[in-house]
Amino acid sequence: METLLYMQTDVFPALLRGFGVSIRLIVPSALVGLAIGIIVGVLRVYGNSFVKIAADLYAGLFRGIPLVIQLFIWYFGLPYFKIFLSPFAASVLGFSLCSGAYHSEYVRGALLSIKRGQMLAAESLGFSKIGMIVSIILPQAVRRALPGAGNEIIYLIKYSSLAYMITCIELTGEGKILASNSFRFTEIFLTVGACYLLMTSVAAIILAKVENHLKIPGFEQQRT
Amino acid sequence: MTSPILRIENLSKKYGQREVLKGVSLEVEKGDLKILIGPSGAGKSTFLHCINFLVKPDEGHVWLDNEEIHPARKRELYAYRQKVGMIFQDFNLFDHLTAFENVRIGLVKVKGIGKDAAGARAAQELERVGLKEHMQKYPSQLSGGQKQRVSIARALAMDPEVMLLDEPTSALDPELIGEVHAVIRDLGKSGMTMIMATHQIGFASSLASEIIFMEDGRILEQGTPSKIFNDPDNSRTREFCSKITDLYGER
Ligand SMILES: Nc1ncnc2c1ncn2[C@@H]1O[C@H](COP(=O)(O)OP(=O)(O)O)[C@@H](O)[C@H]1O
Ligand SMILES: [Mg+2]
Repeated sequence: METLLYMQTDVFPALLRGFGVSIRLIVPSALVGLAIGIIVGVLRVYGNSFVKIAADLYAGLFRGIPLVIQLFIWYFGLPYFKIFLSPFAASVLGFSLCSGAYHSEYVRGALLSIKRGQMLAAESLGFSKIGMIVSIILPQAVRRALPGAGNEIIYLIKYSSLAYMITCIELTGEGKILASNSFRFTEIFLTVGACYLLMTSVAAIILAKVENHLKIPGFEQQRT
Repeated sequence: MTSPILRIENLSKKYGQREVLKGVSLEVEKGDLKILIGPSGAGKSTFLHCINFLVKPDEGHVWLDNEEIHPARKRELYAYRQKVGMIFQDFNLFDHLTAFENVRIGLVKVKGIGKDAAGARAAQELERVGLKEHMQKYPSQLSGGQKQRVSIARALAMDPEVMLLDEPTSALDPELIGEVHAVIRDLGKSGMTMIMATHQIGFASSLASEIIFMEDGRILEQGTPSKIFNDPDNSRTREFCSKITDLYGER
């Protein structure tokens, strides 16, 4: 009875607030990350050698350094250069850049999988290089990259919990504060866990719908 | 006085140390159907690809309608390529588009024609190659012969002045070759200027204005079908023709 009351008056409002912050972290990070991933992926395949090296370097760096460290750098490191980010902004920046690096990997793989002959055909019709990339290559690459990119978005939902490490109090952060005050770790973290499960499930359903919407005969592939 | 619609002079191409094209020249008059024959590896594909600069030749010049093409000038190159249709051995349809969209996309994205007008034209071209019923199918749902006909419709929609065909029936099962040949035959009758590489010499000799025998990056001999097939000057030509007649049957 006492537990129920505590859950109602303290836990739910706090977790709801944290849930809201998490959503506000995840949605822009997912969108910006995807945009970065597409641009960088294209550059990694079609850029000139200088651009290619720079883009590869970006992807290698941001995939190779633990995300927590990246967040620490954005939040604690940038002030040395007189750049001050709020915990929220530093988190979105960190997530977007990290996510973008992973997306670029899927986009790159998808671009490389498109048969050279189709590019010759596009060129023979008079397409410019950019026109060919936009009209012929990307629409196919998006479909091929979608399963991997979808998984990356689901990972993002889960690693968004790292934001609390730089004092951006989202779902996990609220849970941690509640738990250290009340010592009711089990109830609270079960609830937090359920919230993440809800988000990842909704994301999976949306992704499946998008994949279904974009489905074309000849592009069937199983989700990994 | 007629001047050639397409003039090709001294095209050369090296891959590493290997000279794949050794200075090939050719003049094509309007309405000509030039057939390229020669053993595999002779450089037929490379030659055709160099004509519209899908492969950059190391040397050589190309004129269309007496205007020299400068491939380094991108706009000029893109405009030129619209006037030179290309058909590939393995069709190279755009996998994410229906037959209809495959034909329409060049009109919309390259020529900048509105979707409705472009769609009407695309439907007309598909009807011309006998694929009206299959317009809404994706490449994976079409047979090889149908795919190649879509690719011909796609090229024709751009209103090319010249068509380059690189072994258009080599990837097809024998029973599907006829439907593609029929389309090419109609094209020839309608006066389209074409250069086609093929091993189908029966088909070639019935249509060609000239047969060109290539070997080892060079044109060894060229002449009328009856000359090349019945009374060639070059012993290599004779050897190749008798071999290919055995392989590809009746002439
Ligand atoms: N991209 C390439 N890189 C290296 N060698 C090539 C390339 N394309 C073609 N070749 C070589 O050029 C020669 C001519 O090839 P190709 O033009 O395809 O001949 P054909 O069409 O007459 O069979 C072949 O020996 C082939 O191996
Ligand atoms: Mg060839």
